[in-house]
Amino acid sequence: MDNADIVLQLQGISKSFPGVKALDNVSLAVKKGTVHALMGENGAGKSTLMKCAFGLYHPDEGSIFVGGQQVQLHDARDAMDKGVAMIHQELHPIRTRNIMENIWVGRVPYKKVGPIHWVDEKKMQADTQALFDELEIQLDPRRSMGELAAAHCQLVEIARAVSYGAKVIIMDEPTSSLTESEVELLFRIIRRLTSQGVAIIYISHKMDEILQISDEVTIMRDGQLVGCWPAAELTQDLIVARMVGRKMESRFPPRTPNVGAPYLEVEHLTSANPHSFQDISFTLHKGEILGLGGLVGAQRTELMESIFGLRPIASGTVKIDGKPAKITCAQDAIQKGMALLTEERRASGIIPMLSVLENTVIANQTAHTRQYTGGKLFLSEKRRQQDTQQYIDSLSIKTPTTKTPIQNLSGGNQQKVLLGRWLLTGPEILILDEPTRGIDVGAKYEIYTLMAQMAAEGKCVIMISSEMPELMGMSDRIMVMCEGHLSGILDGASATDEQIMMLASTWQKAPEGGAVQ
Amino acid sequence: MTTKKKLDPKQFIINNAIYLILLALVVIITVISPRFFSLDVARDILMQSAVRIVVAMGCMFIIVSGSADLSGGRMVGLTALVSASLAQQAAASLKFWPGLPELPAFVPVLVAMLVGVVLGSFNGWVVAKLKVPAFLATLGSQMIIFGFSSLYFNMEPNRSQPLGSLTQSFRNIGSASLFGVPYIVMIALVVMLVVWVLQTKTCLGKEIFAVGGNLEAARVSGINVFKIQMITYSLAGALYGLAGSMEAARTASATSAYGNAYELDAIASCIVGGCSIAGGVGTVGGVFAGVIIFNVISYGLTFIGISPYWQNVVKGLIIIGAVALDVRKYSAKK
Repeated sequence: MDNADIVLQLQGISKSFPGVKALDNVSLAVKKGTVHALMGENGAGKSTLMKCAFGLYHPDEGSIFVGGQQVQLHDARDAMDKGVAMIHQELHPIRTRNIMENIWVGRVPYKKVGPIHWVDEKKMQADTQALFDELEIQLDPRRSMGELAAAHCQLVEIARAVSYGAKVIIMDEPTSSLTESEVELLFRIIRRLTSQGVAIIYISHKMDEILQISDEVTIMRDGQLVGCWPAAELTQDLIVARMVGRKMESRFPPRTPNVGAPYLEVEHLTSANPHSFQDISFTLHKGEILGLGGLVGAQRTELMESIFGLRPIASGTVKIDGKPAKITCAQDAIQKGMALLTEERRASGIIPMLSVLENTVIANQTAHTRQYTGGKLFLSEKRRQQDTQQYIDSLSIKTPTTKTPIQNLSGGNQQKVLLGRWLLTGPEILILDEPTRGIDVGAKYEIYTLMAQMAAEGKCVIMISSEMPELMGMSDRIMVMCEGHLSGILDGASATDEQIMMLASTWQKAPEGGAVQ
Repeated sequence: MTTKKKLDPKQFIINNAIYLILLALVVIITVISPRFFSLDVARDILMQSAVRIVVAMGCMFIIVSGSADLSGGRMVGLTALVSASLAQQAAASLKFWPGLPELPAFVPVLVAMLVGVVLGSFNGWVVAKLKVPAFLATLGSQMIIFGFSSLYFNMEPNRSQPLGSLTQSFRNIGSASLFGVPYIVMIALVVMLVVWVLQTKTCLGKEIFAVGGNLEAARVSGINVFKIQMITYSLAGALYGLAGSMEAARTASATSAYGNAYELDAIASCIVGGCSIAGGVGTVGGVFAGVIIFNVISYGLTFIGISPYWQNVVKGLIIIGAVALDVRKYSAKK
C-alpha cells in the first residue's frame, strides 16, 4: 500500500465455520481520522470480519496490518495493546463497580510500598477526568456503573478504548439502543475522535446515520466484498441495491394472499412488568403472515412470550377463534394450538446434548399431550422415529442419523429441527421469533417456503423480524412496535423501509398514556 | 441411510472408558491374585455395592435433571434409624417404641421410603419454588436432616444408643439369599431395572432429560418444570429411604451416623459413570459401573494386600480422570 494514512488494513481474509464459509477473500482499508462504515445484511459477514480484526477469531487466510505493520492478533487484549478497540453491541460492564474502575480494570494505577501494590485512587480519578475532559464527556468518574443509561455505558466504553491509545475503534451497531438525542451525543464524540486522528469502523443498518457520519462505505454480501465507495457518492437506493445485489423476488417464495376470518384477537394486553409492553391490540387472521417489526427494546419478544404464557400479564384479553383463552403456561398455549419458535436458539431452543430425535418430539410427548403412548405407560419408539424421519425428509434436515446430538448440526439445520418440533404439534398459530437469524441463505429460503405453505393451508403465522427485506417480502401486514407500544400496522405489499423505521422509532403517546421507562 | 460405522479407536476408548477401566482393574487384580476371579468375590462386591447402587440411582435422577443433591447421605441415615426403630423385636430391651408390636418387614421399609419422599419433596420445593440453587438448598437440608436424625436418635428411652434386636424377617432383607442371590442384591437389580425403564421408555424420563439438558427449552416446549423437579427429588427421596432400610437390615443396626458422606460417593459414581454435571446426560449402566468400580477398588486392593489408605488416593485420581475425559467428550466439539 502506498498510502501511509491507512491505519488498519485487512487483506484477503477468509474464515470458515463448519458448514459455512463466513468470509471469502475480504479486504478492507481504513484511513486515519475517518469514519468507515461497514454495511451488509444480517449474515453478510460484517461481525465475523470485525471479530477477526479484533482478535476474537483467527482468520483461515489473509493478513492484518495495523499502522503498516503486519500483526497476528491472538486475543482481544492483544488487539487493544496494538491499537484496535471494539465497542460491542451488547455491553457487559461491571455494574457493581464505579466508572473509573471499569475503565482501568486490569491495569489500575498503583503505588508500590514494600511488597504491596496499593491502588492509587487519586491518580485513577485524575486520569479518568483528564480522559473525559478530552472527549467532553460529562460524567463523574466515581459514579457506580450500574446507575448509568445505555448511552453513557457506551461513552465509558469509548473512553476506555481511547485510554488504551486506540488508533481504530470498531463500533458494532452503536445506536441500536440509543434515543435520538443520545445519538447526537455519540456523533459529537465520534467527530472529536476523528479530529484527533482516530479511525472509526462503524457498523449499522441505519442508512441515514451512515450517510450522515461516514466518509467511506464498504459493503459486504454473503461473506464477500461488494466494494468500497466514498459516502458522498452513495444514496440509500444505491446502498440497498449493492447490499442486496439480486432481485428481491428471488429471495422469497411466491405467495398468493389467502387471508381469511379473524382467529387470534389480542385486546389491550399489558405486561405485568411495567417496563415492558402496554395496551397492545391486534387481530390475526387465518392464512395470514403478520410481520412484527421494531428496534431492540421494542418488547416484541416479550409480547409474544406473554401471549404464549411464558411471561405474566397484568391486564387485557386473548381470544382464539372467538373464545377467550386463558394461557398461563406453555402447556396451555400448545393445547390451544399455538407454537413458539424462540429467538435464542441456544438459550431456549435446542437441548444440545440430546439427539435430533429427542429434540424433535419433545414438545409433542410431554405428559400433557400424551402422544406416542396411546394412553399407555410406555413410549412407542417406532412412532417417535417415524415422526422425526418425516420432518428430516420434508424439511431436508442434514443430519447423519436421528440419534446424532443436535449440537453437531449447523445453525440452519438446528433451526429446522426446532421448526419440525413445532410443526409436529399441529399448530394453528405459528409464532416465529427472528426465525432466520444467523442461518445461511439456503436455509432461510426453505424457512420462508414453509411459512408460505403454512399460510396457504389457512394457518396463522406471526414473524418477529429485524430484517426489513424479510418483513416486507413475507408479511401480509406489518405490525411495528416502539418502546413497548404498538406504533402502527402497515400493509405488507406497500410498506417501505422509511415507513417502518419511522414507526419503529416513534409512537404517538395517548393523551392519558403512562410514562415510558 | 448408510450405517457404515468407522471404529475410531480413540473415540471408542473415550466413550467406553469406564468399562475399560473396570475391566483393567479386574484383570490386574486377578493377575496378582487369581483367587479374586470367583463367584464368591463377585457376590461379596455386589452385596457391598447394593445400598450404594440404590443411592446412586436416586442421585442420578437429580444430576440428569440438571440439579444437585447433598442431602442423600443424611437421608439414608435418618431413614435407617426410622426403619430400624420400627423393626425391633417385641421383646427387645430398651425398645425405641416401647409397646410397639412386631411389624412385618415391609412396613418399616415403606415408612422409610415415605419419609424419603417427604424430605425429597421438601428439597424439590425449595429448589423449584423458592429458586434456591440446588447445591445450597440441599446443603441446608442436609444439616436439617442430620439435626432431626440426632434428635430422633436421642429420644427417650433410647438416648443415642445404637438400635439393635431387629426382627429376623427384617434382617433377612440384608443377609438372606434366594438361589444364592442375596435379597439385597436383587432389590438393587430391580431398582436398576425400574429406573432404566422409567428413564428410557416413559414420557417422564424424557422430560427429566429435557429439563436437565436445557431448562428454558423444556419450559417453552410445554414441560411443567416445577412438577418435574418435584418428582425427581421425591423419587430420589424414595430411593434414599429404601437404601436406608437396606443399610439397617444389612448391618442389623442403626445410629444417626449412618449414611455419612454417601451422597459424595454417589455423586462420584455418577460422574465416573458418565453423567454430565451440567445435566441431561446419564445412563443406568454407566452409574452401575461407577459404583462397582469404587467397590472393586476397595475390595480388590485389600484383597491383594495394599494399604487401605491407598484406596482413597486411587478413587480420587479416578474421579479427576473421569471428569477430565468428560470435559473433552462434550466440549471438544465446539
